[in-house]
Amino acid sequence: MSSGATLRGSALLFVAAMLQAVIVSSLVFGGGAPDLLLVVVVSLGLLRGSIPGAVFGFAGGLVVDLLTLETLGITSLVLTLAGFWAGRYAETSGRSRQLAPILAVGVITVLAASFALVLHYMLGEQIVVRHALVTALAPALVANLVLALPVYALVRELVQRRGDLEAAREVEVVV
Amino acid sequence: MTVRRIPTTPLGSRGGGALRRRLAVGCLVLLSLVLITLSFRSGDDGTLTGVQSAGATVLRPFAVGFERVAQPFRDVYGWADSLLEARSEAEKYRAEARELRQRVIQSEFALQENTYLRGLLDYLDSPRFPDDFHSIPAEVIGRPASAFTQAIVIAAGSQNGVRINDPVVTADGLVGLVTRVSGGSARIQLLTDQDAAVSAIDLRTSAPGVVRHARGTRETLVLDRVRKQDLIRRNDEIVTAGWRSGSLSSLYPKGIPIGRVTSVGQTDTDLFQQVQIDPYVDFGSLDAVLVLVPSERPR
Repeated sequence: MSSGATLRGSALLFVAAMLQAVIVSSLVFGGGAPDLLLVVVVSLGLLRGSIPGAVFGFAGGLVVDLLTLETLGITSLVLTLAGFWAGRYAETSGRSRQLAPILAVGVITVLAASFALVLHYMLGEQIVVRHALVTALAPALVANLVLALPVYALVRELVQRRGDLEAAREVEVVV
Repeated sequence: MTVRRIPTTPLGSRGGGALRRRLAVGCLVLLSLVLITLSFRSGDDGTLTGVQSAGATVLRPFAVGFERVAQPFRDVYGWADSLLEARSEAEKYRAEARELRQRVIQSEFALQENTYLRGLLDYLDSPRFPDDFHSIPAEVIGRPASAFTQAIVIAAGSQNGVRINDPVVTADGLVGLVTRVSGGSARIQLLTDQDAAVSAIDLRTSAPGVVRHARGTRETLVLDRVRKQDLIRRNDEIVTAGWRSGSLSSLYPKGIPIGRVTSVGQTDTDLFQQVQIDPYVDFGSLDAVLVLVPSERPR
Protein backbone atom coordinates (compact mmCIF):
# COMPACT_ATOMS: atom_id res chain seq x y z
CA MET A 1 0.00 0.00 0.00
CA SER A 2 1.54 3.33 -1.06
CA SER A 3 2.23 5.98 1.55
CA GLY A 4 -0.25 8.35 -0.15
CA ALA A 5 -3.02 5.77 -0.01
CA THR A 6 -2.14 4.95 3.60
CA LEU A 7 -2.30 8.62 4.51
CA ARG A 8 -5.63 9.12 2.75
CA GLY A 9 -7.00 5.93 4.30
CA SER A 10 -5.90 7.06 7.77
CA ALA A 11 -7.42 10.51 7.32
CA LEU A 12 -10.67 8.98 6.10
CA LEU A 13 -10.70 6.56 9.03
CA PHE A 14 -10.12 9.36 11.54
CA VAL A 15 -12.94 11.45 10.07
CA ALA A 16 -15.25 8.41 10.06
CA ALA A 17 -14.40 7.64 13.69
CA MET A 18 -15.06 11.22 14.75
CA LEU A 19 -18.31 11.37 12.77
CA GLN A 20 -19.41 8.08 14.30
CA ALA A 21 -18.70 9.16 17.88
CA VAL A 22 -20.00 12.72 17.57
CA ILE A 23 -22.90 12.59 15.12
CA VAL A 24 -23.83 9.26 13.54
CA SER A 25 -24.43 7.39 16.82
CA SER A 26 -27.18 9.86 17.69
CA LEU A 27 -29.02 9.38 14.39
CA VAL A 28 -31.29 6.74 15.88
CA PHE A 29 -34.22 5.53 13.83
CA GLY A 30 -36.42 2.62 14.72
CA GLY A 31 -34.23 1.82 17.72
CA GLY A 32 -30.87 1.54 15.97
CA ALA A 33 -28.19 3.79 14.53
CA PRO A 34 -25.94 3.31 11.49
CA ASP A 35 -22.30 2.33 12.02
CA LEU A 36 -20.38 4.46 9.54
CA LEU A 37 -17.01 3.44 10.96
CA LEU A 38 -17.76 -0.26 10.49
CA VAL A 39 -18.76 0.35 6.87
CA VAL A 40 -15.56 2.33 6.23
CA VAL A 41 -13.40 -0.38 7.85
CA VAL A 42 -15.12 -3.11 5.81
CA SER A 43 -14.61 -1.06 2.64
CA LEU A 44 -10.94 -0.56 3.46
CA GLY A 45 -10.59 -4.28 4.13
CA LEU A 46 -12.25 -5.15 0.81
CA LEU A 47 -10.04 -2.76 -1.14
CA ARG A 48 -6.69 -3.15 0.62
CA GLY A 49 -6.71 -6.69 2.00
CA SER A 50 -6.86 -8.38 5.38
CA ILE A 51 -3.80 -6.92 7.14
CA PRO A 52 -4.52 -3.26 6.29
CA GLY A 53 -8.19 -3.96 7.07
CA ALA A 54 -7.31 -5.26 10.53
CA VAL A 55 -4.88 -2.39 11.21
CA PHE A 56 -7.40 0.25 10.11
CA GLY A 57 -10.08 -1.46 12.21
CA PHE A 58 -7.87 -1.47 15.28
CA ALA A 59 -6.91 2.20 14.85
CA GLY A 60 -10.47 3.36 14.19
CA GLY A 61 -11.78 1.46 17.19
CA LEU A 62 -9.07 2.92 19.40
CA VAL A 63 -10.04 6.48 18.40
CA VAL A 64 -13.70 5.80 19.27
CA ASP A 65 -12.81 4.12 22.58
CA LEU A 66 -10.55 7.03 23.55
CA LEU A 67 -13.07 9.68 22.63
CA THR A 68 -16.08 8.08 24.27
CA LEU A 69 -14.15 6.95 27.41
CA GLU A 70 -15.40 3.43 26.68
CA THR A 71 -13.53 0.39 28.05
CA LEU A 72 -10.38 0.61 25.95
CA GLY A 73 -9.99 -2.12 23.31
CA ILE A 74 -13.59 -3.28 22.89
CA THR A 75 -14.37 -1.41 19.67
CA SER A 76 -10.78 -2.03 18.50
CA LEU A 77 -11.19 -5.79 18.86
CA VAL A 78 -14.54 -5.88 17.06
CA LEU A 79 -13.34 -3.67 14.19
CA THR A 80 -9.97 -5.47 13.89
CA LEU A 81 -11.82 -8.70 13.18
CA ALA A 82 -14.33 -6.91 10.93
CA GLY A 83 -11.54 -5.41 8.79
CA PHE A 84 -9.70 -8.74 8.70
CA TRP A 85 -12.78 -10.72 7.64
CA ALA A 86 -13.61 -8.21 4.92
CA GLY A 87 -10.03 -8.40 3.66
CA ARG A 88 -10.02 -12.19 3.63
CA TYR A 89 -13.32 -12.24 1.77
CA ALA A 90 -11.87 -9.94 -0.88
CA GLU A 91 -8.66 -11.96 -1.13
CA THR A 92 -10.41 -15.29 -1.51
CA SER A 93 -13.59 -14.85 -3.50
CA GLY A 94 -15.31 -11.50 -3.26
CA ARG A 95 -12.93 -9.14 -5.02
CA SER A 96 -14.52 -9.24 -8.43
CA ARG A 97 -18.15 -9.37 -7.30
CA GLN A 98 -20.14 -6.19 -7.76
CA LEU A 99 -22.27 -6.79 -4.70
CA ALA A 100 -19.33 -7.72 -2.48
CA PRO A 101 -19.59 -4.49 -0.41
CA ILE A 102 -23.26 -5.09 0.34
CA LEU A 103 -22.76 -8.76 1.17
CA ALA A 104 -19.70 -8.05 3.34
CA VAL A 105 -21.29 -5.12 5.18
CA GLY A 106 -24.48 -7.11 5.82
CA VAL A 107 -22.79 -10.23 7.14
CA ILE A 108 -20.14 -8.36 9.13
CA THR A 109 -22.71 -6.03 10.73
CA VAL A 110 -24.57 -9.05 12.11
CA LEU A 111 -21.39 -10.86 13.18
CA ALA A 112 -19.90 -7.72 14.76
CA ALA A 113 -23.09 -7.04 16.74
CA SER A 114 -23.20 -10.64 17.98
CA PHE A 115 -19.53 -10.58 18.92
CA ALA A 116 -19.88 -7.21 20.68
CA LEU A 117 -22.84 -8.59 22.61
CA VAL A 118 -20.75 -11.53 23.84
CA LEU A 119 -17.88 -9.20 24.78
CA HIS A 120 -20.12 -6.85 26.77
CA TYR A 121 -21.78 -9.83 28.44
CA MET A 122 -18.40 -11.24 29.44
CA LEU A 123 -17.46 -7.88 30.94
CA GLY A 124 -20.45 -8.13 33.25
CA GLU A 125 -22.75 -5.59 31.61
CA GLN A 126 -26.49 -6.13 31.64
CA ILE A 127 -27.54 -7.04 28.12
CA VAL A 128 -31.03 -7.39 26.70
CA VAL A 129 -30.42 -9.80 23.85
CA ARG A 130 -33.71 -9.03 22.12
CA HIS A 131 -32.93 -5.31 22.11
CA ALA A 132 -29.34 -5.79 20.97
CA LEU A 133 -29.99 -8.36 18.26
CA VAL A 134 -33.45 -7.34 17.02
CA THR A 135 -34.59 -3.85 18.03
CA ALA A 136 -31.21 -2.19 17.53
CA LEU A 137 -29.60 -4.46 14.97
CA ALA A 138 -32.35 -4.57 12.33
CA PRO A 139 -32.46 -0.80 11.68
CA ALA A 140 -28.66 -0.58 11.96
CA LEU A 141 -28.33 -3.34 9.37
CA VAL A 142 -30.66 -1.54 6.98
CA ALA A 143 -28.79 1.76 7.47
CA ASN A 144 -25.40 0.10 6.98
CA LEU A 145 -26.60 -1.60 3.79
CA VAL A 146 -27.82 1.75 2.48
CA LEU A 147 -24.42 3.26 3.26
CA ALA A 148 -22.42 0.33 1.87
CA LEU A 149 -22.20 1.20 -1.84
CA PRO A 150 -21.71 5.00 -1.56
CA VAL A 151 -19.10 4.63 1.20
CA TYR A 152 -17.33 1.86 -0.72
CA ALA A 153 -17.23 4.08 -3.82
CA LEU A 154 -15.81 6.98 -1.79
CA VAL A 155 -13.19 4.80 -0.12
CA ARG A 156 -12.21 3.27 -3.47
CA GLU A 157 -11.83 6.75 -4.94
CA LEU A 158 -9.50 7.74 -2.11
CA VAL A 159 -7.33 4.69 -1.49
CA GLN A 160 -7.46 2.46 -4.56
CA ARG A 161 -4.36 2.36 -6.72
CA ARG A 162 -4.94 2.33 -10.47
CA GLY A 163 -2.94 -0.88 -10.87
CA ASP A 164 -5.13 -2.79 -8.46
CA LEU A 165 -8.14 -2.73 -10.75
CA GLU A 166 -6.12 -3.88 -13.73
CA ALA A 167 -4.61 -6.68 -11.68
CA ALA A 168 -7.94 -8.47 -11.73
CA ARG A 169 -7.25 -9.55 -15.33
CA GLU A 170 -5.25 -12.68 -14.87
CA VAL A 171 -4.75 -13.83 -18.47
CA GLU A 172 -4.03 -12.14 -21.76
CA VAL A 173 -4.01 -13.30 -25.32
CA VAL A 174 -0.58 -13.09 -26.99
CA VAL A 175 -0.61 -13.25 -30.79
CA MET B 1 -1.65 -17.68 -30.47
CA THR B 2 -0.86 -18.43 -26.84
CA VAL B 3 -2.47 -17.50 -23.58
CA ARG B 4 -0.22 -16.60 -20.67
CA ARG B 5 -0.97 -15.69 -17.12
CA ILE B 6 -0.06 -12.18 -16.04
CA PRO B 7 1.47 -11.89 -12.59
CA THR B 8 -1.14 -10.06 -10.56
CA THR B 9 -0.31 -6.97 -8.56
CA PRO B 10 -0.87 -8.13 -5.03
CA LEU B 11 -3.26 -6.34 -2.72
CA GLY B 12 -1.79 -5.12 0.52
CA SER B 13 -1.45 -8.37 2.42
CA ARG B 14 -1.62 -10.94 -0.34
CA GLY B 15 2.08 -11.16 -0.93
CA GLY B 16 3.04 -11.71 2.67
CA GLY B 17 1.62 -15.17 3.02
CA ALA B 18 -0.65 -16.79 5.52
CA LEU B 19 1.86 -16.71 8.37
CA ARG B 20 2.40 -12.96 8.15
CA ARG B 21 -1.35 -12.42 7.98
CA ARG B 22 -2.06 -14.59 11.01
CA LEU B 23 0.76 -13.01 12.94
CA ALA B 24 -0.49 -9.50 12.22
CA VAL B 25 -4.11 -10.12 13.15
CA GLY B 26 -3.05 -12.22 16.14
CA CYS B 27 -0.93 -9.35 17.49
CA LEU B 28 -3.76 -6.85 17.03
CA VAL B 29 -6.30 -9.14 18.72
CA LEU B 30 -3.87 -9.80 21.57
CA LEU B 31 -3.20 -6.07 21.96
CA SER B 32 -6.95 -5.39 22.05
CA LEU B 33 -7.43 -8.08 24.71
CA VAL B 34 -4.59 -6.64 26.80
CA LEU B 35 -6.14 -3.17 26.52
CA ILE B 36 -9.56 -4.50 27.53
CA THR B 37 -8.10 -6.36 30.51
CA LEU B 38 -6.01 -3.43 31.72
CA SER B 39 -8.81 -0.93 31.16
CA PHE B 40 -11.35 -3.16 32.89
CA ARG B 41 -9.16 -3.92 35.89
CA SER B 42 -7.44 -0.57 36.37
CA GLY B 43 -10.53 1.23 37.72
CA ASP B 44 -10.75 5.00 37.81
CA ASP B 45 -7.19 5.84 38.79
CA GLY B 46 -5.05 3.25 36.98
CA THR B 47 -2.24 3.92 34.52
CA LEU B 48 -4.37 3.13 31.50
CA THR B 49 -7.05 5.54 32.73
CA GLY B 50 -4.41 8.28 32.62
CA VAL B 51 -3.46 7.28 29.07
CA GLN B 52 -7.11 7.23 28.03
CA SER B 53 -7.66 10.58 29.69
CA ALA B 54 -4.70 12.05 27.80
CA GLY B 55 -5.99 10.56 24.54
CA ALA B 56 -9.46 11.97 25.18
CA THR B 57 -7.94 15.39 25.87
CA VAL B 58 -6.03 15.29 22.57
CA LEU B 59 -9.16 14.28 20.64
CA ARG B 60 -11.45 16.74 22.42
CA PRO B 61 -10.80 19.76 20.12
CA PHE B 62 -11.61 17.61 17.09
CA ALA B 63 -14.83 16.37 18.71
CA VAL B 64 -15.86 19.91 19.60
CA GLY B 65 -15.10 21.02 16.03
CA PHE B 66 -17.17 18.21 14.52
CA GLU B 67 -20.00 18.93 16.95
CA ARG B 68 -20.01 22.62 15.98
CA VAL B 69 -20.10 21.77 12.27
CA ALA B 70 -22.93 19.28 12.83
CA GLN B 71 -24.99 21.55 15.06
CA PRO B 72 -26.75 23.59 12.31
CA PHE B 73 -27.77 20.38 10.55
CA ARG B 74 -28.98 18.92 13.81
CA ASP B 75 -30.95 22.10 14.48
CA VAL B 76 -32.62 21.97 11.07
CA TYR B 77 -33.56 18.33 11.63
CA GLY B 78 -34.90 19.12 15.10
CA TRP B 79 -36.84 22.14 13.83
CA ALA B 80 -38.49 20.15 11.02
CA ASP B 81 -39.24 17.28 13.38
CA SER B 82 -40.77 19.51 16.05
CA LEU B 83 -42.82 21.42 13.47
CA LEU B 84 -44.73 18.26 12.64
CA GLU B 85 -45.66 17.74 16.26
CA ALA B 86 -46.18 21.38 17.25
CA ARG B 87 -49.79 21.74 16.16
CA SER B 88 -51.00 18.62 17.92
CA GLU B 89 -49.11 19.48 21.09
CA ALA B 90 -50.18 23.14 21.33
CA GLU B 91 -53.68 22.37 22.61
CA LYS B 92 -52.35 19.82 25.07
CA TYR B 93 -49.92 22.38 26.51
CA ARG B 94 -52.64 25.06 26.81
CA ALA B 95 -54.72 22.71 28.96
CA GLU B 96 -51.64 21.80 30.96
CA ALA B 97 -50.81 25.48 31.53
CA ARG B 98 -54.31 26.11 32.95
CA GLU B 99 -53.91 23.20 35.34
CA LEU B 100 -50.41 24.28 36.35
CA ARG B 101 -51.56 27.83 37.19
CA GLN B 102 -53.92 26.33 39.75
CA ARG B 103 -51.20 24.14 41.17
CA VAL B 104 -48.71 27.04 41.46
CA ILE B 105 -51.12 28.87 43.75
CA GLN B 106 -51.62 25.78 45.90
CA SER B 107 -47.89 25.09 45.96
CA GLU B 108 -47.13 28.64 47.07
CA PHE B 109 -49.37 28.21 50.11
CA ALA B 110 -47.80 24.81 50.87
CA LEU B 111 -44.29 26.24 50.52
CA GLN B 112 -44.93 29.02 53.01
CA GLU B 113 -46.41 26.56 55.48
CA ASN B 114 -43.54 24.14 54.92
CA THR B 115 -40.86 26.81 55.51
CA TYR B 116 -42.55 27.89 58.73
CA LEU B 117 -42.82 24.30 60.07
CA ARG B 118 -39.23 23.45 59.14
CA GLY B 119 -38.09 26.49 61.07
CA LEU B 120 -39.98 25.25 64.11
CA LEU B 121 -38.52 21.72 63.95
CA ASP B 122 -34.89 22.56 62.95
CA TYR B 123 -35.39 19.88 60.25
CA LEU B 124 -32.31 18.12 58.77
CA ASP B 125 -32.86 17.26 55.10
CA SER B 126 -30.89 15.72 52.23
CA PRO B 127 -29.50 18.07 49.56
CA ARG B 128 -32.25 19.69 47.49
CA PHE B 129 -32.32 20.57 43.84
CA PRO B 130 -31.60 23.26 42.72
CA ASP B 131 -30.93 25.21 45.96
CA ASP B 132 -27.97 23.15 47.25
CA PHE B 133 -26.17 22.85 43.91
CA HIS B 134 -24.49 24.99 41.33
CA SER B 135 -24.39 23.81 37.75
CA ILE B 136 -21.65 23.41 35.17
CA PRO B 137 -23.03 23.74 31.64
CA ALA B 138 -21.37 21.42 29.12
CA GLU B 139 -21.71 20.62 25.45
CA VAL B 140 -22.31 17.02 24.35
CA ILE B 141 -19.36 15.99 22.18
CA GLY B 142 -19.71 12.24 21.81
CA ARG B 143 -21.94 9.24 21.94
CA PRO B 144 -20.65 5.67 22.27
CA ALA B 145 -21.13 3.71 19.09
CA SER B 146 -22.59 0.53 20.51
CA ALA B 147 -26.17 -0.43 21.23
CA PHE B 148 -25.13 -1.85 24.60
CA THR B 149 -24.32 1.30 26.52
CA GLN B 150 -26.48 4.38 26.82
CA ALA B 151 -24.01 7.17 27.49
CA ILE B 152 -22.78 10.54 26.26
CA VAL B 153 -19.47 12.37 26.49
CA ILE B 154 -19.45 16.03 27.50
CA ALA B 155 -16.86 18.77 27.06
CA ALA B 156 -16.28 19.34 30.77
CA GLY B 157 -14.04 17.33 33.04
CA SER B 158 -12.05 17.40 36.26
CA GLN B 159 -10.49 20.74 35.23
CA ASN B 160 -13.99 22.24 35.36
CA GLY B 161 -14.84 20.72 38.73
CA VAL B 162 -16.73 17.66 37.49
CA ARG B 163 -16.31 14.53 39.64
CA ILE B 164 -17.48 10.93 39.36
CA ASN B 165 -21.10 10.43 40.57
CA ASP B 166 -22.15 14.04 39.96
CA PRO B 167 -25.77 14.10 38.75
CA VAL B 168 -26.51 15.52 35.31
CA VAL B 169 -29.71 17.30 34.25
CA THR B 170 -31.24 19.45 31.53
CA ALA B 171 -34.02 21.98 31.84
CA ASP B 172 -36.44 19.09 31.20
CA GLY B 173 -35.25 16.75 33.92
CA LEU B 174 -32.76 14.11 35.00
CA VAL B 175 -30.25 12.86 32.44
CA GLY B 176 -27.93 10.57 34.39
CA LEU B 177 -24.71 10.36 36.35
CA VAL B 178 -21.02 11.04 35.70
CA THR B 179 -19.24 7.66 35.53
CA ARG B 180 -15.81 8.58 34.15
CA VAL B 181 -13.86 11.81 34.15
CA SER B 182 -10.80 12.94 32.25
CA GLY B 183 -9.20 16.38 32.32
CA GLY B 184 -11.42 17.99 29.72
CA SER B 185 -14.26 15.54 29.23
CA ALA B 186 -16.55 13.24 31.17
CA ARG B 187 -18.71 10.25 30.38
CA ILE B 188 -22.33 10.35 31.51
CA GLN B 189 -24.30 7.15 32.04
CA LEU B 190 -27.81 7.94 30.83
CA LEU B 191 -30.89 7.00 32.80
CA THR B 192 -31.79 4.66 29.93
CA ASP B 193 -28.66 2.54 30.47
CA GLN B 194 -29.22 -1.03 31.65
CA ASP B 195 -27.08 -0.45 34.73
CA ALA B 196 -28.71 2.84 35.83
CA ALA B 197 -31.13 2.98 38.77
CA VAL B 198 -32.54 5.95 40.66
CA SER B 199 -34.61 6.14 43.85
CA ALA B 200 -37.77 7.99 42.94
CA ILE B 201 -41.22 8.86 44.24
CA ASP B 202 -44.61 9.58 42.77
CA LEU B 203 -45.02 13.33 43.39
CA ARG B 204 -48.77 13.06 44.06
CA THR B 205 -48.78 10.13 46.49
CA SER B 206 -45.10 9.95 47.56
CA ALA B 207 -45.14 6.24 46.68
CA PRO B 208 -41.48 5.16 46.50
CA GLY B 209 -39.83 3.05 43.83
CA VAL B 210 -36.71 2.63 41.72
CA VAL B 211 -36.56 4.04 38.20
CA ARG B 212 -34.83 1.69 35.78
CA HIS B 213 -34.53 1.15 32.08
CA ALA B 214 -37.43 -0.83 30.60
CA ARG B 215 -36.17 -4.05 29.06
CA GLY B 216 -36.34 -4.28 25.30
CA THR B 217 -36.90 -0.62 24.52
CA ARG B 218 -34.44 2.21 24.12
CA GLU B 219 -36.06 5.18 25.80
CA THR B 220 -38.78 3.93 28.11
CA LEU B 221 -38.32 3.76 31.86
CA VAL B 222 -40.14 1.80 34.55
CA LEU B 223 -40.79 2.63 38.18
CA ASP B 224 -39.87 -0.66 39.81
CA ARG B 225 -40.50 -1.94 43.35
CA VAL B 226 -43.78 -0.05 43.83
CA ARG B 227 -46.02 -1.82 46.35
CA LYS B 228 -49.45 -2.91 45.19
CA GLN B 229 -51.22 -0.88 47.87
CA ASP B 230 -49.66 2.39 46.60
CA LEU B 231 -52.08 4.18 44.33
CA ILE B 232 -50.38 5.41 41.17
CA ARG B 233 -52.28 6.93 38.27
CA ARG B 234 -51.55 7.65 34.66
CA ASN B 235 -49.96 11.13 34.16
CA ASP B 236 -48.54 11.20 37.71
CA GLU B 237 -45.15 12.91 37.85
CA ILE B 238 -42.12 10.93 39.01
CA VAL B 239 -39.24 12.81 40.67
CA THR B 240 -36.02 11.78 42.39
CA ALA B 241 -36.47 10.76 46.04
CA GLY B 242 -33.16 12.04 47.38
CA TRP B 243 -33.01 9.95 50.55
CA ARG B 244 -30.61 10.34 53.44
CA SER B 245 -29.63 7.68 55.98
CA GLY B 246 -27.09 8.73 58.59
CA SER B 247 -23.99 9.95 56.79
CA LEU B 248 -25.10 8.32 53.54
CA SER B 249 -27.31 10.06 51.03
CA SER B 250 -28.61 9.41 47.52
CA LEU B 251 -26.35 10.41 44.62
CA TYR B 252 -29.31 12.29 43.17
CA PRO B 253 -30.76 15.29 45.02
CA LYS B 254 -34.43 15.38 45.86
CA GLY B 255 -36.98 16.76 43.45
CA ILE B 256 -35.45 16.42 39.97
CA PRO B 257 -38.23 15.63 37.47
CA ILE B 258 -37.79 12.27 35.73
CA GLY B 259 -40.94 11.63 33.75
CA ARG B 260 -44.66 11.03 33.62
CA VAL B 261 -46.49 7.75 34.23
CA THR B 262 -47.90 6.33 31.00
CA SER B 263 -49.34 3.04 32.23
CA VAL B 264 -49.90 1.16 35.48
CA GLY B 265 -50.51 -2.56 35.69
CA GLN B 266 -50.27 -5.48 38.05
CA THR B 267 -50.66 -9.22 37.98
CA ASP B 268 -51.59 -11.65 40.73
CA THR B 269 -48.18 -13.32 40.65
CA ASP B 270 -46.01 -10.16 40.73
CA LEU B 271 -45.09 -8.67 44.10
CA PHE B 272 -44.96 -5.13 42.72
CA GLN B 273 -46.86 -2.94 40.30
CA GLN B 274 -45.65 -2.44 36.73
CA VAL B 275 -45.38 1.30 36.18
CA GLN B 276 -44.12 2.63 32.86
CA ILE B 277 -42.71 6.15 32.61
CA ASP B 278 -42.21 8.42 29.64
CA PRO B 279 -39.07 10.43 30.47
CA TYR B 280 -39.17 14.22 30.13
CA VAL B 281 -35.69 14.27 28.63
CA ASP B 282 -35.29 13.36 24.98
CA PHE B 283 -32.16 11.24 25.35
CA GLY B 284 -31.70 10.98 21.59
CA SER B 285 -31.18 14.69 20.99
CA LEU B 286 -29.10 15.96 23.87
CA ASP B 287 -26.94 18.90 22.80
CA ALA B 288 -26.00 20.39 26.16
CA VAL B 289 -26.43 19.37 29.80
CA LEU B 290 -25.86 20.74 33.29
CA VAL B 291 -23.62 18.89 35.73
CA LEU B 292 -24.83 19.50 39.29
CA VAL B 293 -22.04 20.17 41.74
CA PRO B 294 -22.81 20.45 45.47
CA SER B 295 -22.48 24.05 46.66
CA GLU B 296 -20.43 22.86 49.64
CA ARG B 297 -17.70 21.43 47.36
CA PRO B 298 -14.81 23.91 46.94
CA ARG B 299 -14.45 25.10 43.34
